[in-house]
Amino acid sequence: MSFIAPELLRIVVGMVAVMAFVALNVLVLVYAERKGAGHIQRRPGPYEVGPHGILQPLADAGKLMGKQLLMPKSADPILYWMAPILAFFPVLLLFVPMPFGPVLTVQDVNLGLLLILAFAGLNVLATLLAGWSQNNKFGLLGAARAVSQSVAYEIPLLLSVLCIAFQYGSLNLSTIVEAQGSWPWQWNFLCQPLAFLIFLVSAFAETNRAPFDLPEAESELTAGFHTEYSGMGFGLFFMAEYANMVVVSGVCSALFLGGWRGPFFDGVWWFLIKVYAILALIIWVRWTYPRVRFDQLLNINWKWLLPLATANLFATVFLIKLF
Amino acid sequence: MRYEEMGLTEGDFYSRNFQKGAREDTLILNLGPQHPATHGVLRVIVELDGEYVIRAEPVIGYLHRMHEKMAEVRSIYQYLPNMGRVDYGHALGWNWALVGAVEKLAGFEVPERAQYIRVITTELNRITSHLLWWGAFTLDLGAITPIMYAFDDRERMLDILQMATGSRLTHSSFRVGGVCADINDTFIEACKEFIPHMRGRLPMYRDLVTGNIILRKRLEGVGVFDADLCRRYGGSGPVVRGSGIAYDARKAEATPMYDRFDWKVAVQTGGDSMARYLVRMDEMEQSLNIIEQALASLPEGKVMMPKAPKVTWQVPKGEAYFATEGARGKVGIHLVSDGGKNPYKIKLRSPCFSNLSLFAEAARGTLLADALAILGSLDLVIPEIDR
Repeated sequence: MSFIAPELLRIVVGMVAVMAFVALNVLVLVYAERKGAGHIQRRPGPYEVGPHGILQPLADAGKLMGKQLLMPKSADPILYWMAPILAFFPVLLLFVPMPFGPVLTVQDVNLGLLLILAFAGLNVLATLLAGWSQNNKFGLLGAARAVSQSVAYEIPLLLSVLCIAFQYGSLNLSTIVEAQGSWPWQWNFLCQPLAFLIFLVSAFAETNRAPFDLPEAESELTAGFHTEYSGMGFGLFFMAEYANMVVVSGVCSALFLGGWRGPFFDGVWWFLIKVYAILALIIWVRWTYPRVRFDQLLNINWKWLLPLATANLFATVFLIKLF
Repeated sequence: MRYEEMGLTEGDFYSRNFQKGAREDTLILNLGPQHPATHGVLRVIVELDGEYVIRAEPVIGYLHRMHEKMAEVRSIYQYLPNMGRVDYGHALGWNWALVGAVEKLAGFEVPERAQYIRVITTELNRITSHLLWWGAFTLDLGAITPIMYAFDDRERMLDILQMATGSRLTHSSFRVGGVCADINDTFIEACKEFIPHMRGRLPMYRDLVTGNIILRKRLEGVGVFDADLCRRYGGSGPVVRGSGIAYDARKAEATPMYDRFDWKVAVQTGGDSMARYLVRMDEMEQSLNIIEQALASLPEGKVMMPKAPKVTWQVPKGEAYFATEGARGKVGIHLVSDGGKNPYKIKLRSPCFSNLSLFAEAARGTLLADALAILGSLDLVIPEIDR
């Protein structure tokens, strides 16, 4: 086996583990979302499949896979089928530099943060392709919204992430996590509250989650960019959305909440607890707020988040230089 | 084959005849008749410049069920259940309009107790209708949860209404000369229990939804109707009361018994979607006041007039117009009878038809999302538009 470099083996094993982790998380999140929605809406949520409906996500997945894959006559077949694949598979790459635990990382990358931000950008392309190729006016409007929204919100997201990167002089997520202490008051969300807030808001917009779910605004655009997709075509977009949520929560927890550092016992459990807490917040917000309007969404970004993030970055840099 | 030869393969009459405007770079989008935000089978063709609506044109007729024609081939009693189908949201308003028109023509005196029962059930029905609208409207704005809260309360009210009218949605319990059944103590107790409960829920709705910053930003200043515009199009109901016109057919047309209760016509002066929203929220409170007072002063007696008309009864010759306030506006019935078995003609004056006409004008120049918010704020019930 000597011809296989241990590095390569690690990546292969890691990627398989990541795939399993993502698939499992999608199932868990679908259940959590539906159950959470149910309880917020004063109903039990899924209850029939398995005890307390615990097998409901499997039934959903089975249903989606069993459905016929349809394509409109006038759609561009290559782009149409490429879009869902392009939406889902880059997300797996985003888990490569994710610091799950002290040693539990697929590959410690020096530019981990950059890698995540770069590949997260591919998601927009997939949405655009989906909306464009299906030759549907609702899809086109959804795609147009998705692009202008994602492009706009990537900037404050980057700026808020840069604050942390400057502070530690590193783009390596593991280094940033290690540099934070074990106790909550040593975490970054306290010394960078504004960056944390901006990151969180931008994360909602980047993952197309309510109240910023304009690309698929149901009451306006029926289903937005995935109007024409059926079966697993839609299923992949669906999985990508949840996987993106996990990535965003993971990055947020690593940058601002101390990652796997935590009181008493450092370890992967602290990372997971924080990730699921943020995911719970995202789900909670979705079932609570109405949707913002498109111009309001962009106004929040260009008039508030962007200037604030820039000011925050300058202040951070200034203080770093000063001390 | 022949259609293709004629060059008619694409679209239908409306989409072919929706002329493009002066500009070349616009998009014509067909919303409905199966669009989730049009609540049924309303179809709106819009011309878009990016996300801005240049022109919006409602296309109606997808739910035309010939209610007016059916009136000509049925006796009044056979026709009465149609009223619950014209407006499934507020069936009893239409019930009252029909029996009111017949009673006016025949000159019948309805017992007071029956009138009180009509008031109580109609007002209960009005609250269920407004709750349905409230849930569906917030759903249009992207808030998915409020409809579940609304239906929680609505469900309890439907249980109560069921005791009095026998049905949950398409009520048809009014009769010429009274109502079909008397109310019992269980109904009165349930009502008396429900009123304080609902009064406790309304502030919660206000805190959860009305005060929400996103909702306010979505509704304030959006779709402003001035009073003049409302008058020109013959709007009525909460739509015009949101524009500062204190017109309520219960007061203006002197619907029986309403002068005995102490209640106010809910008016807002904003004219925007938020004003219409607030008017409906206030109306729920006013309806609760009316129900409470009516229950407190409920007279004893019969619920049908003596010698009430039987099934074979023929409406006397003549004309009558009776209007009352439905949940969506002024509900009017013009009844013409030639003394025969069936009415000669019944004209239904439906508020939604007139209110929808306001939409085209208000939607011009707004964003697509706003246009749908305006559509939702009109509280349309599609079968009422098409009749």
